[in-house]
Amino acid sequence: MAKEKKTLNLNFGPQHPAAHGVLRLILQLDGEVVEKADPHIGLLHRGTEKLIENKTYTQAVPYFDRLDYVAPMNQEHAFALAIEKILKIEVPARAKYIRVIFCEIGRILSHILNVTTQAMDVGALTPTLWGFEEREKLMGFYERVSGSRLHANYFRAGGVHKDLPSGLDNDIDEFCDKFPKIIDDLETLLTDNRIFKQRNVDIGIVSKQDALDYSFSGVMLRGSGVAWDLRRSQPYDCYNDLQFKIPVGKNGDCYDRYLCRIEEMRESVKIIKQCLQNLPKGPIKTNDGKISPPPKKDIKESMEALIHHFKLFTEGYRVEKDEIYMAVEAPKGEFGVYLISDGSSKPYKCKIRAPGFTHLQAMDYLIKGHMLADVPAVLGSMDIVFGEVDR
Amino acid sequence: MKNLEDLEKFINSELTSKINYSFIKHDNIYLNIDHDELIDVISFLKTNKETKFRQLIEITAVDYPESEYRFKMVYLLLSHEHNKRVIIDYSIKENDIISSITSLFPSANWMEREVFDMYGLNFKNHPDLRRILTDYGFEGHPLRKDFPLTGHNEVRYSEEEKKVIYEPVKLEQNYRNFDYESPWEGTKYIKEIKKSDG
Repeated sequence: MAKEKKTLNLNFGPQHPAAHGVLRLILQLDGEVVEKADPHIGLLHRGTEKLIENKTYTQAVPYFDRLDYVAPMNQEHAFALAIEKILKIEVPARAKYIRVIFCEIGRILSHILNVTTQAMDVGALTPTLWGFEEREKLMGFYERVSGSRLHANYFRAGGVHKDLPSGLDNDIDEFCDKFPKIIDDLETLLTDNRIFKQRNVDIGIVSKQDALDYSFSGVMLRGSGVAWDLRRSQPYDCYNDLQFKIPVGKNGDCYDRYLCRIEEMRESVKIIKQCLQNLPKGPIKTNDGKISPPPKKDIKESMEALIHHFKLFTEGYRVEKDEIYMAVEAPKGEFGVYLISDGSSKPYKCKIRAPGFTHLQAMDYLIKGHMLADVPAVLGSMDIVFGEVDR
Repeated sequence: MKNLEDLEKFINSELTSKINYSFIKHDNIYLNIDHDELIDVISFLKTNKETKFRQLIEITAVDYPESEYRFKMVYLLLSHEHNKRVIIDYSIKENDIISSITSLFPSANWMEREVFDMYGLNFKNHPDLRRILTDYGFEGHPLRKDFPLTGHNEVRYSEEEKKVIYEPVKLEQNYRNFDYESPWEGTKYIKEIKKSDG
């Protein structure tokens, strides 16, 4: 006698600790096996792109912090680079190095969060506690340079807002000496851990072809064996002068992606070290008064500086009519800004290409045929942050 | 294909009439095509071994309310093999129906849903055209230029009704859009006089 098949619809989220934010995932289950996953996103939609269209270029920068709020400066970087390319601004060498240092700090911030919470999703609590202590130190560096632990608003078109405060470079250097030891510690907890491997090896396998078809980027792409990193293939700022390796996975499963992230953190430490060693002296933003504000001292003495200051903070600088796509290798993948300027001081259109959006889209493809318990593991290894998915 | 110029020439010679015009800017190739040629152009760029634009990066639209062809559709493709990017665009009217490219790139699914949600443009042959980012039961298309920045409805928890309710937006202070380019009202008057002189 043929039994009628009954499927169960299950709401995963929007309030679920393993959903990494406000994801409502509607799962169709046959017993414990997932037959279909339909992610409902947009619960954190704030209309960032619309808001940016109504703000000047300077005022738009803080919105980028609020996209992927685990690695804020990497987003600002894409926006700053896009404007610089349109306006053909020459960025001083010191600014380039400072920006790369903080982008790599952002990468470590994001990878610590992802690796440790992924471990927590599959049952390990300790890595989170150890990892977050390090994140705290890194956010301390953010605070010292920008005044804010998360929403830095530090990068500007033409450089950065302020120079490093004295002693910060030494402290970052000291952190870089100690941090590899912490990564080793994390690895002793996870890499050969039987439970961690059982939960991650051969789960959520992505083939090379599918990784391309589903527009994967970053670790999701490299975990499947595609050696592609924008820092290497389309270098921006000073990445050309730096020596670093690009870790690539073999099997494209959750475990390989975890290994990639661990290795990337080690590479990031090396990059920061090199930047600190070669950190040039000099200005930290372009001296073009039409784009970057004058120093406070000049405002008191020079009429021209006063006018520049007034114009920059009321009207803002104008960006000539152009259309550009600029992408950076953010911790989660290719983060891009498609900018259309119309000659005024506000962007006509600013489309934000978030890596998490395309990754989450493949949820149905990744989870089909897996068990319900694999959902958090796959979701964790995708490295989803809702700030950027929902924009 | 080593450099961009050769690649641009190659694409032009292969697709000939399908391309209205093309140019190179910011190390990218920009192609303007006809609305009907979309599927042909994209599948050529994806499969040809000289181009191999095998990854779809983004689909988006741009709103030009004054123009006869109100929307511009934009497709960004990336080729890992040749390390090149191409930006394809074409103009459409508000009620035109766009061919979906989900059959070529599965990742186009959500990107097209986003365009549908944000701009209200319709796609044919799309497997699942629903709103994606806005609320359930949302009306309007937020990224159109005629949609107000503050929106139409706001949400709050009502203590009387013991549930979340929607009501029209009421702001203590409206969003102020200062016109810094002519901060004094007098200029308009002066400009008018100058006009009659000239």
